[in-house]
This record gives sequence, structure tokens and C-alpha cells, in this order.
Amino acid sequence: MAPVGPDSTGEVSVHRVMGTETEYGIIAPGLPAANPTMLSSQVVNAYAATLREGLGNLAGTRWDYTDEAPLTDARGWLVDRGSAHPSQLTDEPPVLTAEQVALAEGADPQDTAVLMNLVLNNGARLYVDHAHPEYSSPEVTNPLDAVLWDRAGDRVALAAMERIAGTPGFSPVHLYKNNTDNKGVSYGSHENYLVPRSVPFGNLAAALIPFFVSRQVLCGAGRVGIGATHQRPGFQVSQRADFFENEIGLETTVRRPIINTRDEPHAVAEKYRRLHVIIGDANLNEVSNYLKLGTTSLVLSLIERDLCPVPELAEPVHALQDISHDPSLQSTVRLADGRQVTALDLQEMYHGAAAAACAGGADAQTQDVLDRWGTLIEVLRRDPMDAAASIDWVAKLKILQAYRDRDSVGWDNHRLALVDLQYADLRPSKGIYHRLAQRGQVELLVTPAQVERAVAEPPRDTRAYFRGKCIANFPAEVVGASWDSIIFEVPSQNRLQRVQTREPLRGTAQLTERLFQESATAEDFLTRLLSGPEQRVAP
Amino acid sequence: MATQDHKATGARTEEQEDTPAEPPAAPASASDTAETQGVDDLLDEIDGVLESNAEEFVRGFVQKGGQ
Repeated sequence: MAPVGPDSTGEVSVHRVMGTETEYGIIAPGLPAANPTMLSSQVVNAYAATLREGLGNLAGTRWDYTDEAPLTDARGWLVDRGSAHPSQLTDEPPVLTAEQVALAEGADPQDTAVLMNLVLNNGARLYVDHAHPEYSSPEVTNPLDAVLWDRAGDRVALAAMERIAGTPGFSPVHLYKNNTDNKGVSYGSHENYLVPRSVPFGNLAAALIPFFVSRQVLCGAGRVGIGATHQRPGFQVSQRADFFENEIGLETTVRRPIINTRDEPHAVAEKYRRLHVIIGDANLNEVSNYLKLGTTSLVLSLIERDLCPVPELAEPVHALQDISHDPSLQSTVRLADGRQVTALDLQEMYHGAAAAACAGGADAQTQDVLDRWGTLIEVLRRDPMDAAASIDWVAKLKILQAYRDRDSVGWDNHRLALVDLQYADLRPSKGIYHRLAQRGQVELLVTPAQVERAVAEPPRDTRAYFRGKCIANFPAEVVGASWDSIIFEVPSQNRLQRVQTREPLRGTAQLTERLFQESATAEDFLTRLLSGPEQRVAP
Repeated sequence: MATQDHKATGARTEEQEDTPAEPPAAPASASDTAETQGVDDLLDEIDGVLESNAEEFVRGFVQKGGQ
């Protein structure tokens, strides 16, 4: 079936414009005092170096911040810059001081420009966000593609690590796809979903809160330690649960809310909102990631048609943490109407509504998500340990439990904490998830060959195609880019040419592939795009 | 692997020589043994890749705030 954009007239399905953002944990064990912003910029620059080798003159692309509006609240107001937490000002490029640059081993700031941002040929963005390297995937139209281009980000991170490790004078950098240092700090793995502006935000929040509180049983990554600062020993389902304090809010770094209200659509604002989901764990397991994205998109589809259950929780933040703290999945949480339900009961309500809405038939991927969702709920009810091939937290817990049995150790044992951390190590030789995958003990949804392709090629069915191909075909002339713009500098024009890409489902291969094929130069391309008959294909 | 099996069951077999043999639950114990072996094998592999000095390594994993 053809991918569809968000609308409230089509069938209930998993298809919509979506994307992921991953902030990787980062250390250089050989440089314990290294500045994390500096290390993160090493990652960006190392990846740029691998690209230059392969593609000639590829330069770092400046991010175009013109349309960023991180302080616009979906509830209808704008936060004053002065009263915002400094970390909320994501529309200002990070600045490295000369001192920080000087900390880079072997880097001579005189002859090397330090890149903080790259827009990749696959339409993704690799950049320094706060104190972490972040990969933001290109826009895709379905959860399986989201898994693929998210995995491509892990491959990009690995290539950067290998490059740094192989560069004389540089200390190896390790990247982890996790969400906490277990000492009080958390960093995000966000999802983005395009939703019609016509859906009232209050409806979204009400139906999504109980869903987000309970979906961790399917897609939590597991964590050793209880409490934001690891106050107590133990194991819990989610990496993120203990870092959330509010139900709804604009913040992403402090007083984190279950529903984030940042209203920065990166698209035609009158038509769309971008639902920015900050509560998820970073997944290594592809089935966990697929269901995280697929079930959420399905639930949004139900909300858009007023078909979604709203099992209002009495205390959502407590429920989030209570569910996370009970890997047996037996504990109950209280609904506003007084009923006591488990996380699986909640998930069953949403699954039941989606299954009913699709009873008349669904496209293949929607049916696949529905089937897997229903089956995993049953498996988790019977014995959560049977879901180790599909769910990160279960796979992690199974290993930890085996260690506890073999070595007779408690949850405060340091090796257990190390297993937790190394589960997320992105190096195939060191990462425990990757060792499980090599042993055939986890289910894979995408092949290594597909991932290699997704590292180099954009999705063909969104504006990411336009972005990726502009970067790939005109590396010298594209001087800036963002989600909804590409900036060209061509010799014949005094001014920069800014091409807006505000419709996520335009700029596709179908609309623009010929234009790219037939344009010999950037100048030619721009002329055709901006004044020629192809004008209508511009995103 | 065979050696491990022997180690795990050998002692008990000697002690139990004079007592009536318990009815062997062959299929179950065979798959249990295979499962145990798989887990042992996996833990051995993970032991081999874990960073040395777990306490120090875990303590050194300190991050600055993120989203």
C-alpha cells in the first residue's frame, strides 16, 4: 500500500511521517577529564572525515536555524527566552571556546575548522547536542523504515568510533545507545510523529498518557538501579521512567513531562503538528523499536478518529515508575475511576481498540504490528522471560539473572552494572546486544545490506530524499540545511538561495528524481526548480 | 561441552550409585542441560568482553545532562 500522510479520513494504520533522534552516551576511557562537547564534536568530525575519503570535497553543512521554535508550546503560548532553561534554547548553535578546541588531542584549531553539525547523504542530521553526539534520522513513512534509518545511525556512530580509534594521537571514544549514566543524568531518545493540526492537543495528551506509561513493558531497555540517582539496588523495566516528574510540559531536560508540548512542526504549521515524544528508551532490539514506533503511530491513528480508549490514570507519574519497578509485570496501578489494572491490561485496551478498528482489513505492515503486539502481550502475561528475543529489557534481565545465579551476587554488584552499560555499547566486539545478535538470540527485522544502504541513501518517499540528494549531488553549493530548508550558494547569484521544504511528503523520488538526474550543475538544478516547469515539484 | 556435563553431574552419580535410580526424565533434562549449557556459554562469552575492573569503569561512566 502507498504510504499515507496523517489524515483522519484514511484507514487506521501505522503509516505516517515519523523519525527518531538518538543522543548517544559518550566517554573516552583514556581521557577521564575530557570535555564531552569536545568528544562529541570529535565524533561529528570523524564521520565527516570518513565521508571526505569516500566522496571527495564533502564539507560540513551549517544548520539553518531560521525556523526553529523550541519555546512554542502546543497548548498555545510562547515561553519567554529569559525564563527558559538554557538547555531549552536549541535554536542557538552550540559554541566551542578556543580552550575547548585546544583540548582536542592533535587537532590544530588554526588549520581545522571544528564541525558541530553535518547533514548526511541519507537525509539525517549528525550533530553535537548539549554534551552528546546526536543522530536525527531522516523522515520516513512507516515504523519499519524508521527502524532501518535508526539502525543506520548506529552504523554512523560505529564508523565515527572506528575512525577516531584509528587516528594517531586520538584516544578511543566509546558510544552507548542508552539513556542514563546511572548517577542522576539522563539523555534522550526521541520519536517524532506528524499529526494533523486539527486534532486537539488535549485529546492527544489524554489518550497518550496511559499508553506511554504502559508501553515500556514492550519497549523498555531495562536498567540496573532504582531512582534517578540509583538510590537503591534493583532492576527496572525502563531507563527513563525515574527521570519523569510531570504529566505535560515544554521542558525536555528538567522536570521532564510524559507529554512534551514543544510545538515546532518543521512543516506547514497550519496543517501539521510534530508530536515530540521524549519518554521512550533507546532500543537496540529491532522488534522493540518497531513496536515502540508502530504501536504509537497506530494509537495516534485511533485518536485522530476518536476511536481511542482513554483509561485515565489516577497518578500517571507514579504509575510510570511503579510499572517500571516491577519486572514481574504483576503490579497494578489505579485508574481515575478506582479500578486497578496492570500495564498489560492497559496495553490490551489499546491493542483491542486498534484490532477492532482494523477488523475489516489492514495493510501488511499495520497487520504485522497488530499481530506482534497482541502476541507479545500474551507472552508477557505467561512468562516475560519468553520474550527475550524481542524485548531489550527482558534480554538484559535474563543475562543479569544468569549472572546472579552463577555468581550468587546481589543487585549492587558492579559487574551487573557493567553488563547493563555494555549491553548498549555500539561496538560489535564489546556490545552485549550485538553479541546476542551474532549468536542468533535476537530477532532481526533489517539486514546488514539494507543498513549499509540506509547509511548512504535517503528514504525515497519523503522530503528527506530531496535533502539527501541535494547534499550528495551538490556538496560544494549546499551551504546550509534544516528539516524544512536547503540553502544554496551559487556563483551567479549574489544572494544565498533558500529552498523551503515544508511539506514532508513532497520532495520525494517520485517528484524529484528526474530533476536531479537531468541537472548537470547546482545552478542548472536551481534554475529548473525555482523558475522552470518543475516548480511544482519543489517541496 | 561434554566435560562440563560430566563435571556437573559426576559427583551426584557416584553418591547415588547404591540408591534406586530415579526415573530419568530424559527429554526434559536433555533440553534443560542444553539450555544451561547455552547460558554458561553465553556468560563465558560476556565475561570475555566485559571491560576489566567493573567498579572503576562503571564509576567512570559519567555523562553531562541531555534531553
